[in-house]
Amino acid sequence: MKELLSGNEAAARGAFEAGVLVASAYPGTPSTEILENLASYKDVYSEWAPNEKVAVEVVVGASIAGARSIAAMKHVGLNVAADPMFTFSYLGVNGGCVIVTADDPGMHSSQNEQDNRYYARHSKLPLIEPSDSQETKDFMIKSFEISEKFDVPVLFRMTTRLCHSKSIVELGERKEVGVKPYARNIPKFVATPAACRVHHAELEEKLKKLEEYAQTCDLNTTILNNSDIGVITSGISFQYAREVFGDKVSYLKLGFTFPLPKKLISDFCSKFKTIYVIEELEPYLETEIKAMGINVTGKEKIPLTGELSPQIIRKAILNEEPQYNKPTPERVVARPPILCAGCPHRGIFFELSKRKDTVITGDIGCYTLGSADPLNAMDTVICMGAGISAAHGFAKAFAKTDRKTKIFGVVGDSTFFHSGITSLIDIVYNKSNVTVIILDNRITGMTGHQENPGTGYTLMGDKTDIIDIEQIVKAIGVKHVSVINPNQLKQVREVLNEYSALEEPSVIIAKYPCALKKLRLEEKQSFNIKPSKYVVDPSKCKKCRMCLKIGCPAISFNEETGSFIDENQCIGCSVCSQVCSFGAITKVGE
Amino acid sequence: MTEITSILFAGVGGQGIVLTSKILSSALIQAGYDVKMSEVHGMAQRGGSVTTQVRFGEKVFSPIIGKGEADILVAFEKIEAMRYVDYLKLKGKLIANDFKIPSAPIFSAKVKYPRGIFADLEGKVYTKRVHAAEAAKELGNMKVQNIIILGVLAKVLGLNNLDWKASIKKEVKPEFFDLNLKAFEAGYYM
Repeated sequence: MKELLSGNEAAARGAFEAGVLVASAYPGTPSTEILENLASYKDVYSEWAPNEKVAVEVVVGASIAGARSIAAMKHVGLNVAADPMFTFSYLGVNGGCVIVTADDPGMHSSQNEQDNRYYARHSKLPLIEPSDSQETKDFMIKSFEISEKFDVPVLFRMTTRLCHSKSIVELGERKEVGVKPYARNIPKFVATPAACRVHHAELEEKLKKLEEYAQTCDLNTTILNNSDIGVITSGISFQYAREVFGDKVSYLKLGFTFPLPKKLISDFCSKFKTIYVIEELEPYLETEIKAMGINVTGKEKIPLTGELSPQIIRKAILNEEPQYNKPTPERVVARPPILCAGCPHRGIFFELSKRKDTVITGDIGCYTLGSADPLNAMDTVICMGAGISAAHGFAKAFAKTDRKTKIFGVVGDSTFFHSGITSLIDIVYNKSNVTVIILDNRITGMTGHQENPGTGYTLMGDKTDIIDIEQIVKAIGVKHVSVINPNQLKQVREVLNEYSALEEPSVIIAKYPCALKKLRLEEKQSFNIKPSKYVVDPSKCKKCRMCLKIGCPAISFNEETGSFIDENQCIGCSVCSQVCSFGAITKVGE
Repeated sequence: MTEITSILFAGVGGQGIVLTSKILSSALIQAGYDVKMSEVHGMAQRGGSVTTQVRFGEKVFSPIIGKGEADILVAFEKIEAMRYVDYLKLKGKLIANDFKIPSAPIFSAKVKYPRGIFADLEGKVYTKRVHAAEAAKELGNMKVQNIIILGVLAKVLGLNNLDWKASIKKEVKPEFFDLNLKAFEAGYYM
């Protein structure tokens, strides 16, 4: 049967067909749908882990226990998970194990565009790079075979365009491989220095065998045409190159890119006068090939930054540019992403935006948009958890000056579970006068609504215990903790004032569900959520534009008639009505 | 190389362009075409400008469409039609919904919603202006604008071998099938 599958759906399908039994991940664009799709196969145990390091450790354990297992994450998630990966490569597997890294060239939804192919080289893991959905499925199955055959975990690298592009895939049957026998094996699986000195040498031998395998395996293919030009490429870049050059050049398409098949590469290069290396982001292949003493052209023509496209390659190599009609600049208005109408983060950021002499360290999630106009209520965003730890750093640095700046650290609920808890421990342990605001919107929002340890449900839909953020915060030793409704601005203001006067750490938990979340009955009841709309009375609107300062997409403004609320977008959060000094905004029906 | 048709969909997060592209892709596959479809997730969906891309033919390699490469641009909103008009080939066709969604600089009253977009677009490319909002209102559900626009696209594409009805049935919830089919027909005969 043939189906149109995204790369992520195909990765999940491949893992399913390969007989995977355990899967763990933390959501992150562009990787999220891999586990979401795996969870639809009931033969596979699938879970959201609190972070990527935990996810990899879970699948390491499952692999050693004898089950085929898979972890998936976005590129920056692999930074978090690097620690177990670097040692697991030494130990080797029992059941096959694949770690998926979904890189984001062009930073569609990320804070950097690191090229994780280097992680394979660095951690000494075989690296597999598919170029479309069919290959993603086929290569995934192959990766489990390689993992077991060579006794190593495999790094499987995808990119946004592959993850989120759909192409036709021929589906196969699941092959049940079961759980391999497990028996305690201290020299193999206990990473002591003495054991790992042996393992490192063994791994180098495995890599030699893997390189031999790469010379002849069908993951690397040569497409010979009658040409003077050879193109070496991997991943989605192959599709772009093929689009541009068609049958006019020959290709060495690499799907197995660490260890590189050096002989295959040098044989290919010997056939052509000109060799182009076409790869997205870093000169990973190019540097290796040049180190072999082969003269190739790569990054001096192909850009090092951003996402690649056929158009960029065509311009870079063939100097061809298409003709088109340009948009009229004054008729194109920017449309940046913004906090949704009714977003519970708005009240917090609005109140923070009004405060003088503050530093607000933000974090990764929808609430990064608190930095956007008109709120502009953020000083830093770095990585998961830094919203809390960077606040601590600010406090310790400012303590060396006369500055009395109030420091707020802002973090989401899922991010708090991911990396915020240890950061908060640092604040309490090392005593900094920081107010941490945990934006608990009862879901992992930005990645499209995944369950997390605070929601009471698992990835597979089972009910589970809610990990209570308030209790964690109190157990860490924070003495000043408030749980508030962020849509009640007076409440927000009062607690910000109270905690700004303290000389000790404090935590505000702003607890209210995401405006887009499909609410369960118990949530509707506990938060007393009833559908409502707000409306502007034009006779009372003084056109002061105060309501525009909250940056709600449901509110627009007209010089003649004043403010206007789009009833299709308004969900009745009431924040606008609280900022209007003239009582012009009221609930419909009141 | 064989002929490839490239269709770029542009709109605002929440307008249903992903579903529209899915129905199109599904119909194309059933008819035996090779299809690639590309979409964007994550940060861009939060009220931002959103595109999906569908390419089909005998054999498709790249899933993405560059400037000057689209045969058809299907814009669900007027500013988005202008923003992406450079993706059309010089002889490409624009299907544009006569519908306004203000963006942040507009609703915060920093700039006004631009005037004269259609006259401007018509001077640049072949433009098919669609009043999907009015038709959707008549059908009693503003959310079916996307399927009305799909109907217009089906007419412009003129591929007689596609079973649109079956694809709509496959991709939408059963309780919305009749409504969506009516919406499709409203667009097709517009």
